[in-house]
Amino acid sequence: MPRFEPVLSKNFRTEGIRSLDVYRKNGGYRAAEKALKTMSPEQVIETVTAANLRGRGGAGFPAGMKWSFLPKDRKITNLCVNADESEPGTFNNRVLMENDPHQMLEGALIAGYATRTTTAYIYMRVEFHEQFHILQKALDEAYAAGYFGNNILGTGFSMNCYVHRGAGAYVCGEETGLIESLEGKRGWPRIKPPFPAVEGVFRRPTVVNNVETLACCVHIIERGADWFKSIGTPGSAGPKLYTISGPVKRPGWYEAPLGLSCRDLIFGDDFAQGMLDGKGVKGCIPGGLSVGVLTEKELDCKLDFDEVRKFGLLGLGTAGAIVIPADADIRQVLMNCARFYAHESCGQCTQCREGTGWMYKIAARIALGAGRIEDLDLLSELSQNMGMMPGLSICGLPDGAVYPIRTIVQKFRGEFEERIRAQEPGRAAEVLQRLNRSAYSLPIFGQSRLAGAV
Amino acid sequence: MAWEALDRRTAVIEKDAPAVLNEAVREKIRSFFPRYETKRAALLPALHVVQDALGHVDWQAMREIAEVLELKPAEVFDTISFYTHFWTHDKGKKVITLCRSLSCQLMGADAVKAAIEKQLGIGEHETAADGQYSFVTEECLAACDHAPCLLMNEKLHRRVKADDIAKMLADPNNDRLDLPRSDLFDAPKPPASTSESNPNPEP
Ligand SMILES: Cc1cc2nc3c(=O)[nH]c(=O)nc-3n(C[C@H](O)[C@H](O)[C@H](O)COP(=O)(O)O)c2cc1C
Ligand code: SF4
Ligand code: FES
Repeated sequence: MPRFEPVLSKNFRTEGIRSLDVYRKNGGYRAAEKALKTMSPEQVIETVTAANLRGRGGAGFPAGMKWSFLPKDRKITNLCVNADESEPGTFNNRVLMENDPHQMLEGALIAGYATRTTTAYIYMRVEFHEQFHILQKALDEAYAAGYFGNNILGTGFSMNCYVHRGAGAYVCGEETGLIESLEGKRGWPRIKPPFPAVEGVFRRPTVVNNVETLACCVHIIERGADWFKSIGTPGSAGPKLYTISGPVKRPGWYEAPLGLSCRDLIFGDDFAQGMLDGKGVKGCIPGGLSVGVLTEKELDCKLDFDEVRKFGLLGLGTAGAIVIPADADIRQVLMNCARFYAHESCGQCTQCREGTGWMYKIAARIALGAGRIEDLDLLSELSQNMGMMPGLSICGLPDGAVYPIRTIVQKFRGEFEERIRAQEPGRAAEVLQRLNRSAYSLPIFGQSRLAGAV
Repeated sequence: MAWEALDRRTAVIEKDAPAVLNEAVREKIRSFFPRYETKRAALLPALHVVQDALGHVDWQAMREIAEVLELKPAEVFDTISFYTHFWTHDKGKKVITLCRSLSCQLMGADAVKAAIEKQLGIGEHETAADGQYSFVTEECLAACDHAPCLLMNEKLHRRVKADDIAKMLADPNNDRLDLPRSDLFDAPKPPASTSESNPNPEP
């Protein structure tokens, strides 16, 4: 197999690439010119559809298809670039924006042209300070050179583009949460339908796409759909910017065709090169926290949109791997995951608000050394009763909460049981009583049952 | 939890407080209007502008923002209480935001947290007595390759070690960015027409 040639990251190490001049010298904005000057918007959509570009924001929805859902008779269209990147373990959007900001802007311009967008909003999480300054400067330069604004490149196409900064909420990465937040409200996701393509920002037809999805568009237009499809696996075409963190030798970003195995990502010579200090691997969360965990034995799982499901994971997610070392306490890992969702649930839907809250309380109790064996069953049971999949919630946040909790509890049950058995006797009852006396009046926590469990 | 208005102190509501937003700040807020179809959409930018100018957004500032955006103060408060980034009361000159998510925890964020708390003598969501530092923890900062990491105001500190905290806190330039700061929120002006007319008619 010929060695894979990086595309998305090809200019990351080019000196001065953040400036428009250098970007253009390296072939920048050629794809946008090609699209705007030689192709119709429909042709751009057809090309991206033919390339089978699946969204990189987590859900893997085909981008071309999403664009084609826009109503034909629309007057105004908005594009939202989702740069809210808050999924724990994920940082490829950050890397794309800080190392090659014009690539993403060019992608936004192409997507904007394809969807006949009036205004593009780049919704960027506020913690991206340096990246904001970098991107804003790039955008100013691109405006000055006529890539945004009125009558772009003399083609008669006009589109404005603004960076809109968030304010610290994970749920604003959910597309309708993002839209509400952009409108100046709480980031409460909307009930769908209507989908954003029909009714989005300011009730106008709106497309929401991830930063990496848009960066891919540049190369699809430049090199064609067939080239794109020749990379990766049949259902998951294209290059992917994988990221990896945790106690590995070389944490960071690595571009590879979709379908890289998790083991290669951790141990490959071209990738993270194994663990620090000769540590063992307990497991790996391969796609951002929400997808769930792989055990050491399962590391040969290929990270593309489909194969991960065979291992009980939610999906590819964002392909941001977090490696859990063998010496980590699995109870702490569980608590850290559970805390995230409890903190970030927006609170509109009862099962999500209460479910994530209880998962956290239970996980915290286990981590405190006050767990009960039946807590593990309680967590599994909770995880069956949350989320969009059973049809109980407005957005997918609780589905993302369920997968890590469920897979950690299932796949590491032995270790949990061992830890719980090693606790001081009576500790669970004591902590529970201290935390919540009234729990004793509830039938399921009756004294006798508790006493039996510890 | 986003659905609990978790604030670190209750906002004090003074009925006849003097105005806090000067004309320059108001004008900066208004300069966002052409970007959006509603004035309300300029609310997050307005809150950023005000927090940048005053350090925090108190009740009086909320009332004045409401006036500029033609909203009810309750609507401004409703939005502000959802987001963890805004402060409704004084904070320190510098805010330390430590990541507490999984990669950082695995790489030793707990020890860093203990070192900060010990060094400053404060806990999470508190401000040191001399007003220099406030300390908060946040979920993943999307810089996990640099774990454990923290933000000192806008500046990201990578691979922070508990042992280096004392030195870091003593450095007066610990929040200086290595790159030019773009003039915050000064983007190109949009074209004059923001009417219903579609600039991109169907082909
Ligand atoms: C709770 C939640 C958080 C999300 N956060 C992000 C995010 O930070 N960035 C992102 O691109 N997509 C995020 N998504 C996915 C978006 O809803 C949406 O599917 C995506 O932006 C679409 O872009 P794509 O089709 O280009 O992938 C999130 C989804 C959920 C349910
Ligand atoms: S599922 Fe959870 S995060 Fe999503 S809208 Fe409902 S309460 Fe909010
Ligand atoms: S886990 Fe700390 S930056 Fe991502």
